[in-house]
Amino acid sequence: MNPRRRLSGGGRGDTVFKALLFLAASTIPALLIALVIELTRGARQAIDRFGAGFIFGSGWDPVAGTFGAWPAVFGTLLTSALALLLAVPLALGVAIYLTEFAPMRIRRPVATMIELLAAIPSVVYGLWGIFVMIPFLRTWVYPVLEARLGFLPFFAGPVYGPSVLSASLILTVMIIPFIMSVSREVLLAVPPGQREAALALGATRWEAVSTVIVPYAKSGILGAVILGLGRALGETMAVTMLIGNRHEIAASLFAPGYSMAAVIANEFADAAGGPLHESALIYLALILFGVTVIVNGAARLMIWRVARRGGAT
Amino acid sequence: MLNRESKRGVLRAALVAVAATSLVACGDKDTVQLTGAGATFPYPIYSKWFDAFYNETGHQVNYQSIGSGAGVKQFTEGTVDFGATDGPMTDEEIAAVGGAVVHLPTVLGADVVTWNLPSLGETQLRFDGATLADIFLGKIKRWDDPRLAALNPGVALPSLDILVVHRADGSGTTFIWTDYLSTVSPEWSAKIGRGKSVNWPTGVGGKGNEGVTQQVKQVEGTIGYVELIYASANGLPYGAIKNRSGQFVLPTLESVSAAAAGVDLAADTDFRVSIVDAAGADAYPVASFTWLLVRPDMADAAKARAIRDFLRWMTRPEAAAMAAELHYAPLPKSVADLVAARIETLTAGGAPIADGR
Amino acid sequence: MMDPRARRRAKSRVMVALMGVTVVVAMLPLILILASLVLRGAQSLSPEFFVNRPAPVGELGGGVAHAILGTLMIVGTAALVAVPVGIAAGLYASEYRGTRMAQLTRFVADVLNGTPSIVVGILAWTWVVAVQGHFSAAAGSFALGLLMLPMVMRTTEELIKLVPNELRESALALGYPRWRTTFVVLRTALPGIVTGTLLAVARVSGETAPLLFTALGSEYFSFDLDRPMAALPLVVFKYATGPYPEWHQLAWTASLVLILVVFLLGVAARLATRQRL
Repeated sequence: MNPRRRLSGGGRGDTVFKALLFLAASTIPALLIALVIELTRGARQAIDRFGAGFIFGSGWDPVAGTFGAWPAVFGTLLTSALALLLAVPLALGVAIYLTEFAPMRIRRPVATMIELLAAIPSVVYGLWGIFVMIPFLRTWVYPVLEARLGFLPFFAGPVYGPSVLSASLILTVMIIPFIMSVSREVLLAVPPGQREAALALGATRWEAVSTVIVPYAKSGILGAVILGLGRALGETMAVTMLIGNRHEIAASLFAPGYSMAAVIANEFADAAGGPLHESALIYLALILFGVTVIVNGAARLMIWRVARRGGAT
Repeated sequence: MLNRESKRGVLRAALVAVAATSLVACGDKDTVQLTGAGATFPYPIYSKWFDAFYNETGHQVNYQSIGSGAGVKQFTEGTVDFGATDGPMTDEEIAAVGGAVVHLPTVLGADVVTWNLPSLGETQLRFDGATLADIFLGKIKRWDDPRLAALNPGVALPSLDILVVHRADGSGTTFIWTDYLSTVSPEWSAKIGRGKSVNWPTGVGGKGNEGVTQQVKQVEGTIGYVELIYASANGLPYGAIKNRSGQFVLPTLESVSAAAAGVDLAADTDFRVSIVDAAGADAYPVASFTWLLVRPDMADAAKARAIRDFLRWMTRPEAAAMAAELHYAPLPKSVADLVAARIETLTAGGAPIADGR
Repeated sequence: MMDPRARRRAKSRVMVALMGVTVVVAMLPLILILASLVLRGAQSLSPEFFVNRPAPVGELGGGVAHAILGTLMIVGTAALVAVPVGIAAGLYASEYRGTRMAQLTRFVADVLNGTPSIVVGILAWTWVVAVQGHFSAAAGSFALGLLMLPMVMRTTEELIKLVPNELRESALALGYPRWRTTFVVLRTALPGIVTGTLLAVARVSGETAPLLFTALGSEYFSFDLDRPMAALPLVVFKYATGPYPEWHQLAWTASLVLILVVFLLGVAARLATRQRL
């Protein structure tokens, strides 16, 4: 090959190559567009019938042909919110400990172990939830909660095993590794100068973390949390196996409930209520998709902003 | 640089791919693979039958027990070769397939009421229709309710909440149960009605008979309705229900057969008949046929022949014996004869099915 | 009596200890789950388990060999298409970094990676099952492939970014055209890309939801992509939610096998990168 000829860097090979790669890359936005189009198309019948009121309608009655998504939507929001509430302190605690305080030797191994939690398939979480977690909770924890806090509507009986609370707890375990690993990356990106300056000024190790490092990484951590939320919203199998499958909102956390993904998983193959039922399920999928896109998009923007800031300085 | 490990991995993957594709090419051309889906009610006996049929003929019948609702839907959409349901297709559903469906009853089964109350041991509780309806309506909330106590004198009913378990998926078992409740309770009939999927006033949902059985097994205080074999195979107690003649009847082969004894079908019947709350002193009130849904005319001749061969196989005494072992009652003779005759009317591509290989 | 500084130091020690506790709490479920899997799952680990089809309902014995084969077939087919396309997409995003398509693809891939897999399953159902008129392993592969695509793309992109620019510049200086330069870069990053692929394969092997109404499941051995096929996660779901103790036992063992496969792939992936770095 004649080097002089090729130095210009152009040539047909390059154009073809770039075109092929471009084509490959374009499949990804195309996939997103395809999802939007097909979900909307499938949901068309339900959208025409129920409109936006579908989201807030209650009562899911395949026999009568009325479908209201609110119990499923609410269940999704409730279980995800509860899971976040419990997971964020734990995940952040782990992330901070592993970046700031842990002995050097154990940092990588422990981080890897917790990240292994993310590798466990959802259905295996469900299996463990049904046969280990729920029996344990139902024997040792729930009765105590009901006895002590039963005066609150949130802990009123009857105590089913599968319930909103059980689903929230398994979700907590499932999202901890995500929040932790992203937070850890964000914390590692904080310039060491910040910590050193705080310590030089006389802060204790904890104060250095709480007053300087965490505030610096604030928006990245927020991004990690929102990422965890996105994950919780879409979790399907473990929730289906633990939530009790009931299209109803009850005050008690011990009561069964439903989530959008669980409804689809249970009912899509059936859609015994005919094409309208099927369309309503796709409508549900569309809502779920929309919510997760927004949440994940917001999370990514936040993390991207911190990464840019941290790297630039 | 491509290190040795990656290279070996790639080579191995390529070999597997080649092996896999070559294996796709071979395979017994004469045997057929059928896909069916639907009822969980008869799944234990279908699973046994299809396995025996496979061992005998090599035809693979892949039956997915995903509920009668799914069975009807998949059959309607043509995504399966046959369906199975214990809730016969409604007129609207039949219209949706342009009438191209044959309901073939296979066995008789029973919906039983089962519960989880360890303190009662093996005691078989007694119920009547009105009480069951009120339990599932959520009006009777505790096990030691006076109405239950009245039906079960001498039994120390525990002071626990009743936790209702029903089906989360579209279910023929639900159809049978709600058919019964609608027949015996005007309030149930008005408020909820009968169907494969209804708006349950209370309770948790389980997926399939399997799921409901599981929920009842796991949680104390639960009450649920399942097909008989699911309760007995899993060591769950089941109760006697008061029939139309006023007798408390336990679900057995005899009492289920008695429920179907009065069935008198015309020669051109479509086999869609309900036998809940049957007359007869020994009849179990929540018994039902379960049906296979097949197309009267199948385009694929090989599949049509395989299905017909299976149906013929199913009418043999050995098949009925396997069913009886699992507590499914055989069809009454008059019905079985009609079924055998109807099987011979199935066609492939408009022509009668040739006797094959 | 305790001066402010000592108090602050004490508080610091308490907080640090507290956070150490969170580590223990967070690791607890992992240990419990793994222990359950090993203790309960190992009971049924026998040759029969790996070689046999399931027994009819209620009978003992049987195995999940059909599901192991099914998972290999479905995931393998998905990878065959998704991995090359994903690598090519990742190459584009890193080599032509500044372009709008690259930025768009990167952002959308991240968003898609967070999308619930059941939604992708519905797309596969609409485009394959509904069109063909029957369930099939191919539809399942399609769903899993769509899930793998953004994963592979992102890991490829990140790894290509790590390749030092000097390599590209040397190649260009030697007269290589742009496209051959990219291949040089690709070869260098290959172990990492293999890692990313293995991780994506591991993730996707455990997916159940999208297979529920695409591959559907089966009781038989099959190599036919045009028919329903069994898969390990489907088997776990079916057996876990059923009533028979034999089924539950099989579910534990199948889960153990699934986890072992996923973990081994992950370990292999990490070893590959460590070797590189």
